[in-house]
Amino acid sequence: MKNLVYKIRRYTWLLLLMFLPVLPASANESEGKGEVDVKSIVFGHIGDSYEWHITTWGETHISIPLPVIVMGQDGTWHMFFSSEFHHSPTGEYEGFYVAKGGQFDGKIVEKNAAGAEVRPLDLSITKTAFAIILNSILLCVIILGVSRWSKRNPNQAPKGFVGTMEMFIMDINDNVIKACIGKGYERYSPYLLTVFFFIFFNNLMGLIPIFPGGANVTGNIAITLTLACCTLLAVNLFATKEYWKEIFWPDVPLALKPIMIPIEIVGILTKPFALMIRLFANIMAGHSVILSLVCLVFITATMGQVLNGSMTVLSVFFGIFMNILELLVAYIQAYVFTMLSSVFIGLSLVEHHHEAK
Amino acid sequence: MSLLQPEFGLLFWMLLSFAVVFIILAKFGFPVITKMVEERKQFIDKSLEAAKTANEQLAGIKADGEAMLAEAREEQVRILNEAAAIREKILSEAKVSAQIEAKKQLDEVRLQIQAEKEEAIRDVRRQIAVLSVDIAEKVIRTNLTKDKAQMEMIDRLLDELTVSKS
Repeated sequence: MKNLVYKIRRYTWLLLLMFLPVLPASANESEGKGEVDVKSIVFGHIGDSYEWHITTWGETHISIPLPVIVMGQDGTWHMFFSSEFHHSPTGEYEGFYVAKGGQFDGKIVEKNAAGAEVRPLDLSITKTAFAIILNSILLCVIILGVSRWSKRNPNQAPKGFVGTMEMFIMDINDNVIKACIGKGYERYSPYLLTVFFFIFFNNLMGLIPIFPGGANVTGNIAITLTLACCTLLAVNLFATKEYWKEIFWPDVPLALKPIMIPIEIVGILTKPFALMIRLFANIMAGHSVILSLVCLVFITATMGQVLNGSMTVLSVFFGIFMNILELLVAYIQAYVFTMLSSVFIGLSLVEHHHEAK
Repeated sequence: MSLLQPEFGLLFWMLLSFAVVFIILAKFGFPVITKMVEERKQFIDKSLEAAKTANEQLAGIKADGEAMLAEAREEQVRILNEAAAIREKILSEAKVSAQIEAKKQLDEVRLQIQAEKEEAIRDVRRQIAVLSVDIAEKVIRTNLTKDKAQMEMIDRLLDELTVSKS
């Protein structure tokens, strides 16, 4: 009976919380504010930026300034915080400014001697770069913590968090890497485990909507490109003679060889390319959909209370659904990336077995 | 399109941090964990094996103990039986020797009795002879000479009497 009362109370609060955004929105209705620019919100989030925008309270933007590191035309390095752009009235600092529109929209540019906008060598720690570094540190702390525990307590079964992590690591190690590569998997397993946990951890952090999380790390093409290049190297650097023979002199009739050889060479590149695009597109799409659903609340704010209220409830429900789905996707994408990398590595380790025919 | 253009700065930081993470985790992270798990697995396998052999040994010891117990019980029965047999033997021997002894004593007693009887008979005969001589003297009022020949005659007469009677 008491339990039921608690349940009712909890759901009432939840419902109230859902309708909460409706109240200020409907209050603003009469003021007739400008349209909500969903595209810029979504792309602003999934893109990169020179500061970590947390929220906007009234007219003030609350954001964490990040270091800008650029090498200008004159070959000198400049290092300053991105907040300097806001402090100067023209938005320019040491000759650099953030371009608005044009080819380099949103990027730091400077003017060259001819007066045209050019990009300096930009090694700024942007939002995504900052998130990568932060997540990398956290990941290292977690994994090293687990390994330290194992080292300190030999021949003991771990419990709780360490036990979960260990089970997780061993599951990937045994059921993905070992199963897909087969013999000689030990050489690749540290790399593949690092890839899995790097992707998975960054995916999960991307789902947390408040400060240290929420950055669209694995939904950025530069990140997936780097990972795919690493897999490309892992596949091809230690490949067997048989693998190269199959590419440059495949076991087909001579007339087919001019067709097969280019296909095989392109195949080397398509494998990591598929990995890159899959991870990038999945995570980016997930972030976009969740953001669009959230924006739905603000889009419908001008369309009357009934529509706004119902759409708010709907978008909250869909938002929850998408978040849960993204949790699954976060795991699946890391799993698929690791599994396909393992499969490609396994294919590159083929032994000579045609004699058996 | 900017989404599909990898930023050079981001590539740089990503490569750097991923390389650092990879080096750290590949050196101190995952191999340590997998090695420890492998070692633990071996330890558990070994322990299970040891427990199995210990169990087997225990079962062997139990069986041995039971066999020993059964043997001891058998021995006990055997010893008891033997003891009973020995007792019987001793008893029977004792009985036999007692019987022999008793018989011997009885024989002795019988011989003694015989001797005493004979002695008594002899005494009685002597008395009878004396008495008969005395009676005869009284009858004939004369003293009969108690010489040797007369005594022998009486004896003879007595013998004849007893022989005819028996």
